[in-house]
Formats: sequence, C-alpha cells, structure tokens
Amino acid sequence: MKNLKTILGVGVLAVASYFTIAADHIDAPAVSGGVSDITDFYAFQGENTDNLVFVANLQGLISPSETAAARFSENTLVEFNIDTDGDNVEDLVIQAIPRDGNMHFFGPVAPSQTGLNSTIATTAATTGIVEISQYQETPVFASNTAGMQFFAGPRDDPFFMDFAQYTAIIAGDAAGFNTPGADTFAGTNVLSIVVEVPKALIGGSGTINTWVETKTK
Amino acid sequence: MKILKIVTLSLVLATTAFNCSSDDDNNEETPNGPDFSGTFVQADQMGRPAVNTVFVSPASKDAFNVTIPSEQNAAFQSMFETNLTNLSPAFSAPEDENALGLTANAFTGLLATDVLNVSLDGTTTFFDGTNVLTGRALADDVITVELLLIFGGEDFSENPTLSNDNVDENDRPFLNQFPYLASPW
Repeated sequence: MKNLKTILGVGVLAVASYFTIAADHIDAPAVSGGVSDITDFYAFQGENTDNLVFVANLQGLISPSETAAARFSENTLVEFNIDTDGDNVEDLVIQAIPRDGNMHFFGPVAPSQTGLNSTIATTAATTGIVEISQYQETPVFASNTAGMQFFAGPRDDPFFMDFAQYTAIIAGDAAGFNTPGADTFAGTNVLSIVVEVPKALIGGSGTINTWVETKTK
Repeated sequence: MKILKIVTLSLVLATTAFNCSSDDDNNEETPNGPDFSGTFVQADQMGRPAVNTVFVSPASKDAFNVTIPSEQNAAFQSMFETNLTNLSPAFSAPEDENALGLTANAFTGLLATDVLNVSLDGTTTFFDGTNVLTGRALADDVITVELLLIFGGEDFSENPTLSNDNVDENDRPFLNQFPYLASPW
C-alpha cells in the first residue's frame, strides 16, 4: 500500500484538475452552470417492457429554494440521438423544445441533417406536447397516439456520489473513500425531460447507441 | 400514411388550440403557433456518465462536447489512455486489465466514443453483475462501477479504498411508473 500511495500521489496530483463534477454536471467551461448544461442521461426499459425511457437532466445542483425559479431556455433544444445501425451517427432524433410554458416534442424522426447543427423537425409524423410542471404543484404528464409519454419539469437529481470525498482524494487530502460515504447530490434538484417511447419506433430489437445533446440558437 | 397524416393534423390542431388558450407568461405567439424556425448549434453532449468529466483534459472539454461521436475515437482515445494510466495504478503496466478483460488501450477505445449502448431486448443496466452496458437505469451505481473498472484491476480487488465511494443509492426512492424520477426536494 505504501507503493500504491506513492504512485497514486503523483498520478492523482497530475490529473487533479480533470475532475470537476460528475456525472456530466458542469463538465466543461462553455456550458458550465448554464441553461444548456446537461447533468445526466439515462436510457432504460419502461414499466411497459415494450417501451424505452429516455431521461435528460439539465441545470444540476438546484437547491429547493432556487427550484421554483428554474426555467428551461426557449433557446436550448434538447435532442435525443439514436443510432440504430452501429455507426455512431444518429438515424433518429427525438427533439424537445420549450415554448410558452409547454415542452414540444418532435420524433422519433430521421433528422434533416446529422451532426452539430439541427433544425426542428416540425413536419415529423410523431409529435407531442406537455405543459411544463411547476415546482410543488401536481406534475403534468401527457401522451400521444403513437404510445409515447412526456414529462418536463423539476425532479430530485437521481445521481448519487460522494463527490466531495472524491475531490479530496484527487486533491491529495484523503487516502480513500469513507464508509459510509455521503451523497453530495442529496437534497438537490434538476430540470428533467422524460420521454417514454415504444421500442418499435426506435429500431424494435437489438442494440442502439444513444446520446443526448443540447443545441442553442 | 393517411392515418399518420390525420394524427399529425389533429396533433397540430391540438397544439395550436392549446397554445391559443395558454396565456401564462409574456411570450407572445403568432396565431399560427410557436416559432420553431432557425438553426440550433451544439453546446453540450453526453453518452455514458462521467466520461468528459474524468477522461478529458481541461483544455479539451469544450472541444469534446462539440465533436460528433463517430469522430471522438480518432480525436480523443490517446488522451483518454494517457489520463487513465496516469490516474490508476491498476493500469501501471501495458498488459494490466480491468474486470472486463480490457487493457488501458482497449478500455479507453470503448469509452472514447461517448455513446450509451442500450438493449431493446431485455434488461437495461450499466452493470448489474451479469449484464454489461445494456443501458443505464436510475438505480445503477454507475460511479462505483466506473471506479471498479478504473481502479479495481482484473478482479475488482485492487485499490479497495478507491474503487467504491460507498454511496450505493439515491437519496429518494425512484418510482416504478412514469416519470420514474422522484419528486423534487
């Protein structure tokens, strides 16, 4: 263990500044702490096992007292990207954009162009809309005739980690994690977009590759 | 297609009607509904948890967020491998592997393309002891999984004080039904 500590001491100090806040919270200078900062991304089978659920969380570490004032930006498009043929290029997107207190959804639909620039797929055959839920009011859910379900609004941050102790380790101030650890994200909220979609609309079977993007106007 | 068009039309009508009756803020809208025009340019992206945070050097974090996944491996795998081997004594020798049987080169080759692999055929989890990288469920302890794969060595036994943060679950229970996330604090 002595050797390990020596090795770690050097290695850890060398990379100390690489670690900001996990999982993707405040990950890079250009988006850090802003309205387009993605904190987390989840994709899992729904309660109805014919469906898949996508979750994008934005604007992490919102305290309860700040949550009522937290807003999605009308200039930030959230885009779920779905690669169905294994080349890591999106074949389908589900877009979410807020307007006038509602979150509008377009897709799954083949995007007009892949890559870094997007236009909103207003001609998509599959669309949806849900009123953005307000803090401490009954959450609003919506569905469409394609079998999708939609939510947008504040939720508890589902991410958990002893980030404070991790920072201490990386800074050379601690040799390891505590038992038990302390969840740095306990008691904080995020702005969530949750979309449940029939698997049949995103490839049906096999494995997809998926990622989420924020794009700004 | 007829059905689809009818559905689309009815959705468009419903959207328009809804917005005409919505008057809860100062954003004036045209009678034709919201303005969705314009080009939106990439700001942030994410596939697997903590990848940009952990493996990308500070000066490259913004660049990583605006590199499309199909080009990330060529641009960033070498940086990922350097940062991993500097960080973890479990990868101090080139032949060292993690519990997935991946060397530093192979592991960072997987991670540098930052997409989440998701199965449409059953269990979706980052790692549950059996299934590996078939999705990411809310309750998955992704940080401990990543710490084990970074620090835990071939059998998860190396560097035990670094390979588990000992926070194993969320501070609020998740829901079994939509929207699955717990209500806000």
